[in-house]
Amino acid sequence: MEKLNVFASRLLPKEDFVCAGHRACQGCAEVLAMRLVHKALGRNTIAASATGCMEIISSPYPETAWAIPWIHVAFENSASVASGIESALKALMRKGRLPKRKINVIAYGGDGATADIGLQWISGAMERGHNMIYVCYDNEAYMNTGIQRSSSTPLHASTTTSPAGKVVPGQQTWKKNVVEIMAAHSIPYVATINPSYPFDLVRKVQKAAAIEGPAYLHAYSCCPTGWGSRPEIGIQLGRLAVETGIFPLYEVENGQYRVQEKQETLRPLKDYLKTQRRFRHFSEAMIAQSEQRVKKEYELLLKKEQMTKEGV
Amino acid sequence: MLRGETVLRSGKHFMDGNEACAEGAIAAGCRFVSGYPITPSTEIVEHLSRRFPEIGGMFLQMEDELSASICFQGAVWAGVKGMTVTSGPGFSLMMEHIGFAAMTETPSVFVNVQRAGPSTGLPTAPAQQDVMQARWGSHGDYGIIALSPASPQECHDLIITCFNYAETYRCPVLFMMDETVGHMHGKVTIPSMEDIHVVERRISTRSPSDYAPFRVVEGDVPEMTRAGAGHRIHMTGLTHDERGYPDMTTAAQESLVRRLCGKVNNHVKEISMMESRHVEGSDVVVISYGISAQIAGHAVDAVRAAGIRAGQVRLISLWPFDDEAIRNIARSTRHIIVLEMNLGQMVREVERAVRGIVPVHAVGNAGGRVIAPDCVVEKIREVLR
Repeated sequence: MEKLNVFASRLLPKEDFVCAGHRACQGCAEVLAMRLVHKALGRNTIAASATGCMEIISSPYPETAWAIPWIHVAFENSASVASGIESALKALMRKGRLPKRKINVIAYGGDGATADIGLQWISGAMERGHNMIYVCYDNEAYMNTGIQRSSSTPLHASTTTSPAGKVVPGQQTWKKNVVEIMAAHSIPYVATINPSYPFDLVRKVQKAAAIEGPAYLHAYSCCPTGWGSRPEIGIQLGRLAVETGIFPLYEVENGQYRVQEKQETLRPLKDYLKTQRRFRHFSEAMIAQSEQRVKKEYELLLKKEQMTKEGV
Repeated sequence: MLRGETVLRSGKHFMDGNEACAEGAIAAGCRFVSGYPITPSTEIVEHLSRRFPEIGGMFLQMEDELSASICFQGAVWAGVKGMTVTSGPGFSLMMEHIGFAAMTETPSVFVNVQRAGPSTGLPTAPAQQDVMQARWGSHGDYGIIALSPASPQECHDLIITCFNYAETYRCPVLFMMDETVGHMHGKVTIPSMEDIHVVERRISTRSPSDYAPFRVVEGDVPEMTRAGAGHRIHMTGLTHDERGYPDMTTAAQESLVRRLCGKVNNHVKEISMMESRHVEGSDVVVISYGISAQIAGHAVDAVRAAGIRAGQVRLISLWPFDDEAIRNIARSTRHIIVLEMNLGQMVREVERAVRGIVPVHAVGNAGGRVIAPDCVVEKIREVLR
C-alpha cells in the first residue's frame, strides 16, 4: 500500500484547516508544520491544544485559524483531554449513538508542554494505548512567554533563563530526546517531521492517522523570534538541520527504525549554528563539542536502523 | 556568604517591581530559586538567571510548578535561603507543596505575581483573586503569612520581610504581588547593607544527641539544622512527633496542627503590618491592599478635597488577619469600603472582623484592570448619601 503513495504538490489536499489570518510571527515554521499536519489529517479531526505559541496565535477571534473542533485546556494536559475525547468517541460509537466512522483525535503542544510539564501526561496517554496522535512542535524554548530555556533547548544556546555570560555559556544540558522516550513506550508509530520536507511530513502524518493505537510525531519548528534567525530562511534552516544531522528525519514503526534523507557525510554543524543569534557566542571548542555529539547520535541512529531491519 | 559585595549599590534605581523583587531577595540572602516560566512573573527569574551566576547563587528552571515549588525546599534543608516564583495557574499547582512546607516547617517564600483567572484567564492582566487561595489553598489546617506590596519599592523591601518571617516562624510566606505592581517601573531606593535588617536562620547549637528537628525549646518555633550537619533529620508530610517520625495518633495530630496554626496566628501583632490615615472621626474608611491601595489613596484625597471626611487603611500584610485592628477602625468610623481587584474576598474577612459595628461595602471587579479612582469616589458618595 505504502509503495503506491505518490506525492506531488498538486496532489496535496487544497483545503486548509489551520487557515490564514492567524497572528504567528513572520517566518514562523511552527505554524507551517501545524498547517501541513492538519492538511494531511483532513476535516474529520478533533484537536486538543496545550498552552503555547500555537494556542495563542491561532485562537483569539478574529484571528481564529481553526476550521475543526478545537479545545485548549491548560499547559500540561492536552494528551489527557485527547484521551478522554478518544475514549468517549469509542464508547459512543460502540453504543450506536454516533455513526461509526474514522475521526482523528490529535493532541499537540510545544516543546515545553511536551518535554517538561506535559511529559507524564503524554506518557500516560501512550501507555494506555489510545487511538490518537500527539504532535510536539519543537521550537526549542518557551517562546510564548519570552524565550526561556526548556529541556529541549540545544546545549549552550542562549535564552533569557540560560543567558550566555562570562560565568555560564548558555544552556547547560543536552537536548532531551523525547522521540526516543516515546519510542521506548513501544507504541506503533513514532516519527520526526520537518516542514522543510512537506511530502515526508504528510506521509508520516497520514500513516500516524491510519495506524490503530497511539502515534507520536516530533516536528522541527524554526522560530526566528526566539532563535534570532532571519525570517526568510526558515525552510533553509530546516534543511540545514537535517543535513548537519542535528535533527534527523526518521520513523520508528513497530520497533523498526527507518531514516529518511540519509546523509552520506554530515554537513559541518557550523553551517547551521552560524545562522542563529542564540549560538553566536559559540567558541570553536563549543562547536566541536556539539558536533561530536551530533555525529555520535547520528551514527547510533543508523546502527539502530541496521539492527531493527526486517530479517536481521 | 558574599552578601555585602553582591547587593546593588545603595541609592536610587529605576526598575520594575519584578526586578525589585529579585534584588530584594538577593539582599535578604536568598541564593537559591527554582522556578518555571509564567507570565507575568517571568522577569523575576530572568533577572536572577543573569545575577545569580555572578554572586554564587543558583537558579534552576524546573519542568513544572510542582517541581519548582518543592525543589527549593530541598535546598532550604541543605542550608540556604530559597524561594519560588509563579503566577495564577502555577500557584494552583503549588498548593500541595505549600501544605508540605507548613507541615515540615520549612522556611519558604512563594512569590505569586497575580493575574486574572480562573484557569488561564488573562495572563497579562492584573488581579487580586488569589488572596483566599493563599490562605486556604492547600488542604488541612495550617498557618501561613502573606504580604502584599503596593509599589516597586515595596516589592524590594517586603520580600526581605518575607524571608525574615520565613526564618522567624518557619512557615510558608506568600508574597502576593500582581501584574501591575510587577511591571510598574518606578524609583526604588536601595538602602545600604547596614540598613537592611536580615534575619538569619536559627541553627541549633545543641549536640546531636540533644536535638530533635521538631522539638520546641522556647516559644513555639523549633530550632533548625542543616542536612548533613550531624543532627538526625527525618522529614515527612505525615503527622509526626518531635523527632520527625510518623505518629498516627489523634494526640499527635492535635498537638502538631494546633502548634502549626498557633505559631502564626498567636503572633498576629508581631506579624501584622498596615498603614492608616485620617481614620479617627471619619465618616468612611477605604480598606485596600496592593496596587488597589494606591487607587484608594487617590480617591480618598479627591473626596477630602471636596470636604468629605474619608480615611484610608492599607493592609500590607494580608495573613494572618488582624481582626482587632480592623475592629478598632470600625469603631472610629461610620462606613467601611473594601476595594480589591476581585468579586469579594478580603471584604468577607473584614465583615467577619467588624461584626456588624458599621456597614461594610465592597468595590471590586473581576480582574483584568486596575479599578479607576472614580468608582471609589462614587461609592464613597453613595454610602454617605
